[in-house]
Amino acid sequence: MNRTARRKFTSGLVVALCGAAVVLALVPLFFVFAYVISKGFSSLNWDFFTSAPKPVGEPGGGMANAMIGTLILIGIASAVAVPVGVIAGVYLSEYGKKKFATLVRFTADVLNGVPSIVIGIFAYGLAVLPVKHFSALAGGLALGFMMIPIITRTTEELLNLVPGSLREGALALGATRARAAFSVMVPAALPGIMTGILVALARIAGETAPLLFTAFNNRFFTTRLDQPISSLPVQIYTYAVAPYEDWHRQAWAGALVLVAFVFTFSVLARVVTRRLERMHRT
Amino acid sequence: MKKTPSSRRSADDRGFRLGTGFFALLVVVLVAGIFWELFRTSQLSIDKFGFRFWTGRIWDPVAGEFGALPFIWGTLYSAVLAMLISTPIAIGIAVFLSEISPRVLRTPLAFLTELLAAVPSIVYGLWGVFVLVPIVRHLQVVTPPWLKKVPLFSGPPLGVGMLSAALILAVMVIPFTSSVAREVLKAVPSTQREAAYALGATRWEAIQAALRFGRTGIIGAVILGFGRAIGETMAVTMVIGNNPQISASLYAPQYTMAAVIANEFTEAADDLYLSALIEIGLVLFVITLVINALSRLLIWSVTREVKAKAPRAAPTAVAAKPQAAA
Repeated sequence: MNRTARRKFTSGLVVALCGAAVVLALVPLFFVFAYVISKGFSSLNWDFFTSAPKPVGEPGGGMANAMIGTLILIGIASAVAVPVGVIAGVYLSEYGKKKFATLVRFTADVLNGVPSIVIGIFAYGLAVLPVKHFSALAGGLALGFMMIPIITRTTEELLNLVPGSLREGALALGATRARAAFSVMVPAALPGIMTGILVALARIAGETAPLLFTAFNNRFFTTRLDQPISSLPVQIYTYAVAPYEDWHRQAWAGALVLVAFVFTFSVLARVVTRRLERMHRT
Repeated sequence: MKKTPSSRRSADDRGFRLGTGFFALLVVVLVAGIFWELFRTSQLSIDKFGFRFWTGRIWDPVAGEFGALPFIWGTLYSAVLAMLISTPIAIGIAVFLSEISPRVLRTPLAFLTELLAAVPSIVYGLWGVFVLVPIVRHLQVVTPPWLKKVPLFSGPPLGVGMLSAALILAVMVIPFTSSVAREVLKAVPSTQREAAYALGATRWEAIQAALRFGRTGIIGAVILGFGRAIGETMAVTMVIGNNPQISASLYAPQYTMAAVIANEFTEAADDLYLSALIEIGLVLFVITLVINALSRLLIWSVTREVKAKAPRAAPTAVAAKPQAAA
């Protein structure tokens, strides 16, 4: 009897500890959010969204150039990563049982775990070293490399949710394999593929490390792809480690904008994925 | 597809396979390319220092003296500490979400824990600098003097240092480990738990049965988290103190491989300096490659095999050993 009671007690204790683990993990999440929102909101103003940084010591100024820079960078990254990622995903879903497909899947997963700073060095060697100056192009390339494995894997996963009977129907009507894939399967999975791209964008929009020595930074507005360009994460970093109160304030505001951006994408992606899963699994 | 009657169609299909396969190949080429590029550009440093690079303790760019041992130490120390803190919590979360939680709570809680992974590194860094570091500094100030004699707690109260880095890393790594561990637990056949319950097991004992079945994959999940902790850059750079010294103290400012690259890459004036930094990057790449490959294999060995065997899992699962599956 005593033994049973002890076993039950242990069981209850472990269950409680597991619950505590969830709460413990949510505490930092809550605190990070609380700080970013409270400190960020109080520092947001019109200037922040419309002007470039002021010279050191002059109060005011904003991060408008950094926001535009981030948009340009993720634009370049998407141009690089979306075609490669989606088509590689189509391959994996169509020929998934081949040995080569397993290798690609494995490499994509491994690439996903490569530190972003290493990808940054690679892009530096590829696009900065030969021309001897930092550029938006190099930064976009680095971010694009990071997006490729994410898009590849989500595209494959979501194409696999589309019932195989659709493909078989197309093939039975005399369509070639390519036709069946690009005119039937991909359109059916399109919302899902868009979601995969959103997930990838959410992941890279906040990346700082690979931009430090590729896109570098720029105090001015620019849209030139062959020149250094500012981005929100790098600007936040620059301001956070600087000794000026006003810059810290702006760093928090930048963090709020960045977090809002990333979270909108994540939540959107999640909602669409859920809906897709429910649609195809029933 | 080989069975299509017209030869033109089979040629088309072949074109499609090769065409899409080419893009798939690009993924592999990318990884190979990263290795080649890093290897090529770090040649100068590799030739000059050889293995001495990894045993040297002095990092003095001005004198042209490059020893990377302090960075290796800082990287491993911070990652191990982060794993010690995060692993029990992450596995607790995975167990709670897959075995204990009521259905209604499951989705929102899973979503919240995964949000931890969506917060950009730079935001963790910002929070670390202005919120966590002052807290840690206060903790160091109130540390009783007798405790400060222990090497683990020695040093002045700076706030920035190993402890801050390990704490922030732990928070960042939790969602990775927990979501993969949850996936692994999901792949464990329910017959495992049912069999345990049928034998009169308590809830925890049934959970143990599931954990034991999936242990290979759970180890994989932990290793995956370790890989993340090793490569994490911005948040660590901002709170670890960036001082290349080898110290056992949690309070001492130290340095990691990723952090030194982030900090000094744009300042590297001469070729040797740059080459030395790239060599650090090369090793970081190889380490994370090996760690990720290992963890994927472990995770796949559980989630894949179980999926493949699903139809006949019921009769064999109770007796099945996970090692056999691996």
